[in-house]
Amino acid sequence: MKFFFIVFFNGLTLAALYFIAACGFTLIFGLMRTVNMAHGALLLLGAYVGYEVVEITGLWTVGIIAGGLTSAIVGAAIQAYILGRYQGDELRQTLITIAISIIMADLMLWAWGGLTYQISLPEMLLGGVRLPILNVGYSSVRLTLMAMAAVTGILLWLLIAKTKLGIIIRAGVDDREMLQALGFETKKIFVIVFAIGGMLTGMAGVITGSALSIAPGTDMQFLLSSLVVVIVGGMGSIGGAALGALLIGMAEQYGLAYAPTYGVVFTFVIMIAVLAIRPQGLLGRSEK
Amino acid sequence: MISNFKKILAASVIAATFIANPVFAAEKVKIGVISILEGAFAALGKDGIRGAELAFIETGNKAAGKDVEIIVMSSDASPDSAVNAARKLIEKDKVDIIIGPLSGSEGIALRDLSKGYQGVTFINGSSAAQDTTFRDGSDNFFRFGGDGAQWMAGVGTYSYEKLGYKKVAVVAEDYSFPYTQVLGFMSEYCKAGGRVPNKFWTPIGTKDYSSIVYAIPDDVDAIFVALGGADAVNFLTQYNQAGGNKPIIGGTITIDQSILDSKGPFKKLLVGTPAGTPTVSDFEGKEWKEFSASYAKSFPDGLSAPSIFAHHYYMAGKAALLGLEKVNGDLSNNQKAFRAVLEKLEFVTPTGGTMRLDENRNGIIDSFVTEVFEREDGTFGNRVLKVIRNVNQTMGHDAAKFKALGPVSRDNPSCP
Repeated sequence: MKFFFIVFFNGLTLAALYFIAACGFTLIFGLMRTVNMAHGALLLLGAYVGYEVVEITGLWTVGIIAGGLTSAIVGAAIQAYILGRYQGDELRQTLITIAISIIMADLMLWAWGGLTYQISLPEMLLGGVRLPILNVGYSSVRLTLMAMAAVTGILLWLLIAKTKLGIIIRAGVDDREMLQALGFETKKIFVIVFAIGGMLTGMAGVITGSALSIAPGTDMQFLLSSLVVVIVGGMGSIGGAALGALLIGMAEQYGLAYAPTYGVVFTFVIMIAVLAIRPQGLLGRSEK
Repeated sequence: MISNFKKILAASVIAATFIANPVFAAEKVKIGVISILEGAFAALGKDGIRGAELAFIETGNKAAGKDVEIIVMSSDASPDSAVNAARKLIEKDKVDIIIGPLSGSEGIALRDLSKGYQGVTFINGSSAAQDTTFRDGSDNFFRFGGDGAQWMAGVGTYSYEKLGYKKVAVVAEDYSFPYTQVLGFMSEYCKAGGRVPNKFWTPIGTKDYSSIVYAIPDDVDAIFVALGGADAVNFLTQYNQAGGNKPIIGGTITIDQSILDSKGPFKKLLVGTPAGTPTVSDFEGKEWKEFSASYAKSFPDGLSAPSIFAHHYYMAGKAALLGLEKVNGDLSNNQKAFRAVLEKLEFVTPTGGTMRLDENRNGIIDSFVTEVFEREDGTFGNRVLKVIRNVNQTMGHDAAKFKALGPVSRDNPSCP
């Protein structure tokens, strides 16, 4: 029984990480209908830059910001100079982002080599705390993940529900042509949203590199997990991403704990079930 | 558009005829090298390539007066990818010899593939599943090295007798190489009297081991960890973060130099960890010193010492070159003479032993029991506790009896 609850906790913390990682992806898709296959590469890039900055400055928070900024700039550049040219041609954009992800992955392998990196955590987050009731040691960084996911979720909700940019984004999700007709510069807005999405992704990368580790291949793992999370939760919905992350995190951890060999199957069973019954995702809206 | 397409087509046809022309092929020996240059094993795979290159650098890319051309292909640890890489090398690049692959199940796949290509000789890189050579071997597949069980020689006995671990849990990746490693460990450990109540088989590339960490029972004395690359780093870090304090016994690639060179705080935990391996970064032997120095000189951006993968790909490359030298570059008649020479080949390995093959074309090797220590400059290495010479594939057991134990799997061997 105790083990069951620990696994529940593990599922929760993993879900928090998946949620943070999937936010940028779902935000970009929600507005621009671009399936950004370079998402994983942006995440890994942010993580590597975060690692370098933490090594130099010794400050973890600075590393997170630096990682986020790098991915934001690269993301914005991708949208402004490459994807922007093909706005509305989603298939072509998706294929281009696959190309970008492969190029970036090879460049990163060249720059950082194939070793596994871990970003040093601040003193405060090292080691573990004893959980009450369950009375087991639990790593502080995993507990922090949950707080971070909550903060990310709330900030993103505030951005979308309470700010002018949020209103524009929501309007764009509903009717892009109308938004354009009203005189908003969608080109600029798309670049800004891509930058925000990239920022979230880069920060998620640094967090991943601290809680778990980063190595070549991490990009594909997180691209896949983000894809599954938003497919289950509903493309473009922040709440959907949270729900999707929760389901996938739980499925992975219970799978690993009780049937390690077949654990990965559960994740895809959930995805297939959602696609069969509710193709737009649990909280997604169907296309008009 | 269409005329462009035709031009490209015409150009490719012309190019293809040139490539297929045997006149060009005969002037040099083409050797394909397959290693993993993507994903979680990329660091290890890259070092494998360095090892093979080192063998060729030593002879100035020549064998028996002929130029040797190397073509590198990447696989991704899956059997399919290794087979695709080998097919491309054979059919498109027309290689004469293939060196590789890196990982266990890839080796079994290439062994099967080799049966269909009698004109090509396969020399295993570092893949170390038992069945690659032990059961259903192939006449043109050679392994100048051991399998994962041979690499664990001495560790089971050491853990039980010297360290006094009576009960051990196993955490290992779910494929043929870790199965073989667990066999090597358990065949000695269980015989000595130790017990293995739990085995946790995890998929390759698992990032989050936290649920496995908590599933390890409290009453075991140590954990035998047979994970590689990023998987090992992730498990060890998360075990430490969750407050785990059981001693670790390392599989061969769990504490390889590439892991000890990884960036992160988890390494301090490993100090004193025993492991079995054919490759020790801080080995004091004269041949190893020379090998390390030559590695460091040729690859300034390499690891702080050659890893097991550099070591094994080097031996594969060296075997190929020595064999070519002995037959004077003659690869005619489906490479019959070359293979006969390889079967009888003997050479001094970087660890100072004599490499030679058994009747299954599998190496009889030196293996080490090692311990992790921190060097004065703060980096980590393995030091030798014990050298075990002449470990054969049945680890000293009677061959027929050893074979009768059946192929290794998740449940075989077992001593709960």
